Amino acid sequence: MEAFATALPALGEAWALILQPIVLGYLVLGVVMGLAVGVFPGLGGIAGLSLLLPFMFGMDPILGLALMIGMVAVVPTSDTFASVLMGIPGSSASQATVLDGFPMAKKGEAARALSAAFSSSLFGGLVGATFLTLFILVARPIVLAFGLPEMLMITVLGLSMVAVLAGRFALKGLAAAGLGIMIGTIGEADAGGSLRMASYDIPYLTDGLKLVIVGLGIFAVPEIVSLLRQDRSIAKGASLGAGWLDGVRDWFANIWLSVRCSIIGVVVGVIPGLGGSVVDWIAYGHSVQTTKDKSNFGKGEVRGVIGPESSNNAKEGGGLVPTLLFGIPGSGSMAIFIGAVALLGSGNIEVGPGMLKNNLDITYSIVWLLALANVVGTVLCIAASGGIAKLTTIRFTYLAPFLFMLISFAAFQSGQNFEDLLALFAIGLIGIFLRRFDWSRPAFLIGFVLSNPVEKFTNQAFQIASFRFRKSFEEGMDYIFSPIVIVLILITIVSVVLGIRQAKSIMAEGEVNSGAKRAPLVFLLVIAGYFVIALTNAALIPNYNMTDKIIPLVIGGFALTCCLILLVQMIRRPEGDAIFADKEVAGDDADAPYGLWSTLAWFAGLIAATWVVGFILALVGFLVSFLRVRAGASWGLTLLLTACGIGFMCLMAGVLNRDFPPGLLQGAVDLPWPLK
Amino acid sequence: MTVTRFTRRAALAIAASAAIAAPASAEVDFSGKTIEWVIPFSETGGSAKWANFFAPLLSEELPGNPTVVVKFMPGAGSTKGANWFQNQTHEDGTLLFGSSGSTQFPYLLGDPRVRYEYKDWNAVMASGTGGVAYLNAEDGAKFDGSANMLKDTDFIYGSQGATRLDLVPLLAWKMLGMNVEPVFGIKGRGDGRLMFERGEANIDYQTSSGYLKGSAEMVEAGQAVAMMTWGALDADGNIVRDPTFPDIPTFKEVCDATDGCETSGEAWDAWKAFFISGFPVQKLAFLPAGTPQDVIDTYTAAFEAVVARPDFGDISAARVGKYQVFTGAGAQDALGTATSVPDEAKAYVTNWLGEAYGVTLK
Repeated sequence: MEAFATALPALGEAWALILQPIVLGYLVLGVVMGLAVGVFPGLGGIAGLSLLLPFMFGMDPILGLALMIGMVAVVPTSDTFASVLMGIPGSSASQATVLDGFPMAKKGEAARALSAAFSSSLFGGLVGATFLTLFILVARPIVLAFGLPEMLMITVLGLSMVAVLAGRFALKGLAAAGLGIMIGTIGEADAGGSLRMASYDIPYLTDGLKLVIVGLGIFAVPEIVSLLRQDRSIAKGASLGAGWLDGVRDWFANIWLSVRCSIIGVVVGVIPGLGGSVVDWIAYGHSVQTTKDKSNFGKGEVRGVIGPESSNNAKEGGGLVPTLLFGIPGSGSMAIFIGAVALLGSGNIEVGPGMLKNNLDITYSIVWLLALANVVGTVLCIAASGGIAKLTTIRFTYLAPFLFMLISFAAFQSGQNFEDLLALFAIGLIGIFLRRFDWSRPAFLIGFVLSNPVEKFTNQAFQIASFRFRKSFEEGMDYIFSPIVIVLILITIVSVVLGIRQAKSIMAEGEVNSGAKRAPLVFLLVIAGYFVIALTNAALIPNYNMTDKIIPLVIGGFALTCCLILLVQMIRRPEGDAIFADKEVAGDDADAPYGLWSTLAWFAGLIAATWVVGFILALVGFLVSFLRVRAGASWGLTLLLTACGIGFMCLMAGVLNRDFPPGLLQGAVDLPWPLK
Repeated sequence: MTVTRFTRRAALAIAASAAIAAPASAEVDFSGKTIEWVIPFSETGGSAKWANFFAPLLSEELPGNPTVVVKFMPGAGSTKGANWFQNQTHEDGTLLFGSSGSTQFPYLLGDPRVRYEYKDWNAVMASGTGGVAYLNAEDGAKFDGSANMLKDTDFIYGSQGATRLDLVPLLAWKMLGMNVEPVFGIKGRGDGRLMFERGEANIDYQTSSGYLKGSAEMVEAGQAVAMMTWGALDADGNIVRDPTFPDIPTFKEVCDATDGCETSGEAWDAWKAFFISGFPVQKLAFLPAGTPQDVIDTYTAAFEAVVARPDFGDISAARVGKYQVFTGAGAQDALGTATSVPDEAKAYVTNWLGEAYGVTLK
């Protein structure tokens, strides 16, 4: 209680600091900048914060905080635009939103989906801030109670969501998740530095694949290609049904779901080391499990939007706890935030354990600035959503070239290598076939996202546990089976049992028809082939680096077993069985006027041309020829749209001072920016 | 590339600083130009903090007050960026490169990916840090200035990797005869401290700023016991007590007091060489190969002016730690000490890494 006696005056001081017109002005400025950066997929808060950093030096702390928090807070809000409207997951915070948000946009309910998402975000942010105000005072011992076994169990809980999202064939879902984990292990191992499926001759692979690229490749590329082949607008029939008020009503009707998911968001966000990667999947799984009629999930169920969106803004608040109390950043943008706080004022605000004792008023200001920024950002987003939703009524052929432009640029920003574009294309291909043959793409992505935490926590927890066991058996058991771990194990078991029962009714890819044996069988053999190669590769790692090979061996072996069982099933079952799901047999893709390869060739062309003449020149050629040939636009419109596209690209890159992928030409001749 | 841009910070500030800062060299003028300071790490690390701290100060002191932009080129633990810098040549003096201990160590250890050569570059500024090792309260009670009573204890340490800066503490503990088992794969020293606080690890070390921010409090509260600092270098290259922690003995003192630990010979020379490269000369700023002397002089003068600011001690203490900053010839000398490790020392460390952790650098 003593703590609360000091907390109240500090809370009052915090509000006195916040409620100054100039502070609010800076907050709004930050929010507006954050929205502008956030709609750009793949850039997110890091780009925006880096932009602000030079202004922080010696700035009045409260003003600097208002500006930075305004910007960071709205990124998980504004990236919802890309995930709902285009099916592009802008950041890890909006991956689960894609699952139901994008199908809603396709049904012409984009405005409804957006406003439901934004209302949930807003509410989640406020619930998070309220919870934090009390929790932050007692958080330290609770955070310290989460050791490696506990973190491992939370990761496993996240993985168990695969059970819910596995699709009609659990084995396919498990193999897809296994493939995600295996692809996540590519590169130099964290623990012993062994190379997995990589070589020092291809330096790009040693760093592993980036989440941005895998997210874009798995979700965005297949959708863009599919819509482009069908040559229609995103909203079928180019009409907008439900408006933004419906979305707000939807949220209100599901307010308790929103509350629960917000709490999930804060609690998981508080645990350092996990970051936000699992939160939205756990929230999505929870939404599915608590909904009576599950048949609409994956096809545009509004609860599938409300759940993850409530959790992802609340998570930002929770993420402040490790950042402020321990000085351990929960995400990349939080790491820059810590650095920037040191630049503020006279540099006497030190993020870390002293924060609560010496700067409780500043701590509360940060918490509530975050909540306030959420309010401002959400109101702006809801106001804009009706208008922006109209994008979904435009003929997709006019949108697609710009989406290819955006995702290529976003992919390149993740590593500044030309190989980023190749990786995007390769992962995109995997995504296209996973989608075509009804292998769960969410399961793949969950596997990829959790690959590193699973491996890291397993190895570290194992090492420390064996150290404890050496001391005494009881000490080891106490360490592994703490009360928190036992509770988490129970939750995981319940969630898996429920998930398996429900999985059959949740079709993340919608209805898929089945057809002949050959194509699905070939795909299965390719996947199994990759597992064989990856397993051999892992087996070749010397045994003293057991930490680097154990997870690839176990997971790869497990996934390969799934593939082999599937193989037997495929051989024994007749053609037309649901196991041979193939989107090219019947349905939207099969009836599309354009073929897969000719459509994909446009994207490949852009990448190939970039390799020769650099991104901007390649883009000019790509936009002009695409709009003329594929879209059949007049010369006037073609040139106008191309100029707009290039202008927008250069403006964004110029303001954020980013480079474009260079080509062979740039290696030979010196060209001025933006051509260089 | 991520970028921090020092554009038009309030026009007044620039005008004011232009009036104060006298041009360092009459011939070199950067008016209207943009200087790119390339950091081979991501925007979230310590090197980013370091460059972001110096960039605006440098901008004020360079003739013509150019915009100083920090660019990040992460990859392969800084090897990618350093290899890229090796291929750059002098154009107009607008390219600066920052390296850290993580760039120096692979170079010293003969990592096959290293295609860069420090001797080609021109160091214009160097700065360092210190480090403090500490134990948990229970084992700390057995520490009497020597490690004699710690030899039977099993220690667990959260480590970023044996070939990183962690090489210095791991080798020191090994020389003291302590049995320290590293748990690899953590992402930063903050995570290591958290592991210590949770009681999963029972030994830890932090760089000076990390220690002051997070660990000193634990030591004061009796939850941890400070064991030793790595020390600091005096003008003659001897290891003396760290000025930031004058009350904590150095590793050298603890080693002298511990049975079986020698402050001379092969192991000691190897440890000292890697300590110098990793701590007192941890971060360096370079101009590319072939830079003319007048440009080097201009940068040297600008960094000297930065260090000579009356408030430099205060602002740097809070943001990058209170350690000596070397400029010009001093930086070049520092580079010499940091990168000239005797072959025997390299061989010793390579051999030890292979035996203890199975690390092969091929």
